[in-house]
Amino acid sequence: MLSIQNLHARVEEAEILKGLSLDLPAGEVHAIMGPNGAGKSTLSYVLTGRDGYEVTQGSATLDGEDLLSLEPEERAARGLFLSFQYPLEIPGVPAMTFIRTALNAQRKARGEAEVTAPEFLKLARETAKQLRIDFDMLKRPLNVGFSGGEKKRMEIFQMAMLSPRLLILDETDSGLDIDALKIVADGVNAMRRPDRAMLVITHYQRLLDYIRPDRVHVLSAGRIVASGGPELALELEREGYDKYARAA
Amino acid sequence: MSLSAALRDRDVAQLPSRRDEDWRWTDLRALIRELPPASPEAPAPANPGPFGDLGEAEVMVVNGRVLGEAALLRLPPGLSRTLRLRIVSAAAETSHGVRLSVELGEGARLTLLESHEGLAAGYLADAELDIKLAKDARLDRIVLAGDEAEAVSVNTAEVELAAGAQLAQTVMTTGAKRQRIETRVRHPGQGAHVRMDGVYLLAGRTHADLTSGVTHAGLDGTTDQLIKGVVADQARGVFQGRITVAEGADRTDARMGHHALILSDRAEIDAKPELLIFADDVACAHGNTIGALDEDAIFYARQRGVPEAQARALLTEAFVGEVIDRIKDEAVREAVRAWAAERRVG
Repeated sequence: MLSIQNLHARVEEAEILKGLSLDLPAGEVHAIMGPNGAGKSTLSYVLTGRDGYEVTQGSATLDGEDLLSLEPEERAARGLFLSFQYPLEIPGVPAMTFIRTALNAQRKARGEAEVTAPEFLKLARETAKQLRIDFDMLKRPLNVGFSGGEKKRMEIFQMAMLSPRLLILDETDSGLDIDALKIVADGVNAMRRPDRAMLVITHYQRLLDYIRPDRVHVLSAGRIVASGGPELALELEREGYDKYARAA
Repeated sequence: MSLSAALRDRDVAQLPSRRDEDWRWTDLRALIRELPPASPEAPAPANPGPFGDLGEAEVMVVNGRVLGEAALLRLPPGLSRTLRLRIVSAAAETSHGVRLSVELGEGARLTLLESHEGLAAGYLADAELDIKLAKDARLDRIVLAGDEAEAVSVNTAEVELAAGAQLAQTVMTTGAKRQRIETRVRHPGQGAHVRMDGVYLLAGRTHADLTSGVTHAGLDGTTDQLIKGVVADQARGVFQGRITVAEGADRTDARMGHHALILSDRAEIDAKPELLIFADDVACAHGNTIGALDEDAIFYARQRGVPEAQARALLTEAFVGEVIDRIKDEAVREAVRAWAAERRVG
């Protein structure tokens, strides 16, 4: 599914990613853990194509196709979805309008027919129910005046509506209380499928109690410095990142 | 100093210039060295105009001449009516002006769908409306100013409200070579209410000046103003809003907001919001912001699959949509939205 080889990237003049390599096969959930400043958010922005993040070396491919040469919207149409650490507010655009615009833009890019309004409404109602989102919230401008938890739930809602193949969750647990965390995790777990992969980026182990990863990678100073099973997350929780910071 | 006086006397010396404080950003004197000849008579255009067939009747003005029945603009007490007022300029490089009276008797209601339609290049047009609302009358005035890009156009409305009267105005404009849309309101307080909104959508080298003045003379009046603008290329937007609360006009509630998006380094916005308060017990506020589209929000939309141009259009439309949403009548609101969508900037 996703293959990253020797990826180097910089923001302005600072090199943040320094030879990151990672293989994420379809059907698996991998966690990336690391201390602040390790390059976790940079990785998610490089993969999604944000301006200002310059790749200087290496590659990233999705099912063999070069991701890095594509525009952000082209990557989205190929099934890449990033759940933002800080979702943006979109004043004046109701959530429903925004998501339908996005879904139809993706479908158009893939040469598929647009979804009709009744089809979309039906799908939205069902998905909102599963995620325990008040349907009226979807009529309000996206994320404007929403609490941190509501914004994260809206990210998962969009994820479910857009049905991507490769999901990146960037610090999805931040700002969530335990009840909201469970709802979000249930939503994510419901999306696990053999043809879908997830990259869960987190600072704390807590989220991984609810979204069980197949593999855990430690990101430190711009590289993966250790990889292992779920037990690695517990070890990090116990012992901290110090020894990896030294290793980097 | 006014364009109408200059046209009447065929005298450029009477054009307002930058020496007049209220005209310092919309200098006509420096622009117009010689008045173009008077416009000829012309037939009504065959096209239906931007409001289509909304409303019960139409007053047509072509090249400064009233072709319809201007008397329709005077409503007896209690009557309710929706009218199109089409002010058409159809002769290139010529000049014309028109002056109309709009009078609403007690309790009358008028929805005035006013369009300025430029069908020729480089004309010079003046329009003056004298508007009087008797007690408890209500005027919804929707203006779609579609002047031609090389035209010079001035549109002035003088509004006098009686107690309990309501004016709800929305002006939409794409500017012209130089264009001024001015509204002056004498507000008596006494339960009268004014909503005075506007949107300017400017590209190329166009210029639009939305100037307004509301004078609260009595107790218990409200004014609510929301102006939004989008300027691209080398266009220039001007907003001058003055709300005066006279001595003794206590319990006035006046709010003014002007917010603009500037989409190019060479575009310009000049704003002068003013609250002049001579009364003690009032609630007045104004806000003024000028900025660019939120690039983070654009990336967010692109990450969800919305192409960049579409993301910019979506956010820009939403920005001005807040003003359009305040139009009460749904059919009118959607006609205005469609007009704005066709004239999207950026």
